[in-house]
Amino acid sequence: MSELLMVAIFQENLALSFFLGICTFLAVSERFETAVGLGLAVIAVQTITVPANNLIYNGLLLEGAWAWIGLPEMDLTFLKLVAFIGLIAAIVQILEMTLDRFLPALYRALGIFLPLITVNCAILGGSLFMVERQLTFPESVVYGFGSGAGWALAIVTFAAIRERLKYSDMPAGLRGLGSAFLITGLMSLAFSAFAGAGS
Amino acid sequence: MLNPSRIWLRFLARPNDDRIKIFGVATIVALVCSIVVSTSSIILRPIQQAQFEVERQNRIAAMLDTLPGMREIMEEAGVDGLETRIVNLQTGDFAVQIDPEKYDQKSAANDPELSMAIPADADVAGLRRRALYAPVHLLQRDNELLLIVLPISGVGYQSTIRAMLALEADLRTIAALTIIEQAETAGLGANVEDPDWLALWAGKQVSDETGKISISVTRGSAAGPYEVDGISGATRTGNGVANMLRYWLGDHGFGPFLERMSEGS
Amino acid sequence: MASLMKNITLPIVKNNPITLQILGICSALAVTTSLSTALTMSIALTVVLCLSSAIISSIRNHIPSVIRLIVQITIIASLVIVIDEFIQAFVYETSKQLSIFVGLIVTNCLVLGRAEAFAMRNPVLPSILDGLGNGLGYSLILVVVGSVRELLGAGTLLGFVIFVPMSEGGWFEPLGLMLLAPSAFFIIGFLIWGIRSYWTDQIEVAKFKLKIRRARQ
Repeated sequence: MSELLMVAIFQENLALSFFLGICTFLAVSERFETAVGLGLAVIAVQTITVPANNLIYNGLLLEGAWAWIGLPEMDLTFLKLVAFIGLIAAIVQILEMTLDRFLPALYRALGIFLPLITVNCAILGGSLFMVERQLTFPESVVYGFGSGAGWALAIVTFAAIRERLKYSDMPAGLRGLGSAFLITGLMSLAFSAFAGAGS
Repeated sequence: MLNPSRIWLRFLARPNDDRIKIFGVATIVALVCSIVVSTSSIILRPIQQAQFEVERQNRIAAMLDTLPGMREIMEEAGVDGLETRIVNLQTGDFAVQIDPEKYDQKSAANDPELSMAIPADADVAGLRRRALYAPVHLLQRDNELLLIVLPISGVGYQSTIRAMLALEADLRTIAALTIIEQAETAGLGANVEDPDWLALWAGKQVSDETGKISISVTRGSAAGPYEVDGISGATRTGNGVANMLRYWLGDHGFGPFLERMSEGS
Repeated sequence: MASLMKNITLPIVKNNPITLQILGICSALAVTTSLSTALTMSIALTVVLCLSSAIISSIRNHIPSVIRLIVQITIIASLVIVIDEFIQAFVYETSKQLSIFVGLIVTNCLVLGRAEAFAMRNPVLPSILDGLGNGLGYSLILVVVGSVRELLGAGTLLGFVIFVPMSEGGWFEPLGLMLLAPSAFFIIGFLIWGIRSYWTDQIEVAKFKLKIRRARQ
């Protein structure tokens, strides 16, 4: 389990190894606080949706899931994408409403970034990897948390670097987005050093 | 009288947050999209099949090129291709009554007259049904079998994988494995098509001395002639490939045929 | 007429989806290892963009806002599937590498982004032109990155050998880095630098000015 966690955070980092969710990664990382907020939101959403999608996949879509009703041959795995996207949208909506009701300060701090998570391909990617690797329910909880934490770690580190770079003397053309691309490339090269660690 | 165009115009005139409008728009969009997608899929299917055939021939030719010395042997023997024959999978005999040029194994698998359901405990490749006859491609020189190429298929992670397995004359050692068709996850399972991984299969043994099929894809490094390194992050796809080999080399697949070939020649 | 032409020309450099709007980046990394895949992906995306903008724009007044996103995604997904079928039927060799990435277009934020930002609010013809313009802008970046990566990573361009590699007795040592995804980031970063050196209005304003302090005696 702990190995799964470490692998999800470092060796198979959703943002820096698989480049999922890069648009949001680049657009929302100019300020450290907002990046932290988005990172926490992604961890929350990922930890909930990956196990939930695991239940849906194994309980509703997989062949044999409907055996209890007398339809053991029914294989609905082709509906996987639609079902996952639907669940993610629903969970983000519920999370929004829950935060608004019980933690209004946090809700206001996150602001627009919560609904932005629905179209973040890192969330969908996490669920698809969970299916690919046939994770059990406890494993998918760990993987959900780990992959979300990895993405959050990447964006928070990235935002920290960009904040410091604000005080540097950079060629005008590179300022902002140009440097963001270069930094992401360097960070991804750095993270590729983790490949092969442990095992 | 109800005028259809008036009903339609009235529907369109409804405000966008009206419940009936929401339901109606959702249903119409879903219906139109599904009709367009299925129609295009059905119409384009035959053209895609033709392309696929050409591609398959090219793949076999390419696979032969990877086997050292194979091209020279073929030139020596005066053949420019493999001889295709149809085999009755159950008995292991050649089915001379079927024309190899016209036989389509893929569609035969769905035809109840030309196929059989695979019992669940024997169905390691997840195919459910298989055709009763299958093509095999032989390379012979002076009645001596040099190479045999078997078309195999199996379920991977999210698609059916089709491949060609080339066995050496001892019918136990793999000469080459080439993937013809797969739709696995890009960057992960799809790496089964990577020539470097496929090259790992050459020289591996499918079964041990007793004849028990032992070939497998390991999680981690392979040890021994019966194992092939798995691809990280593509466990299910790798297992699908191994199961595919196990099924088709077993009693339900080409097993009887391979036994006949090893006895006969 | 002039404003219609602007819809096409603006997104090519001045409002480029990748280098300014930050849309459609994920696919720019995966498909640019060779020029031919970059080209096919560009053409596929431009076609999808134009068609989806046209369709969504024509029904924009009747899409209820609660199901807005789902309707857009459904239309885009269906278009992508149909185009994928066409690619498999007529350009088979390229489709083998591309089929999986064509599926990536469904979640490509560029298509959804332009549908939300433009097609939902504008008539059909400007939407088509906007789709065409953004598609051309996206294609430009993809072609440049793909060319550089293939040329420096393998010495070929569209399969034709340009730099003879050392393994075949030539002088060129292929750059392994170019085959890794981070190289696309570097290339795009330098591209942005180049673009903003000329089109200076794209330069982001520095939030803090450095002040040189003279040392006191």
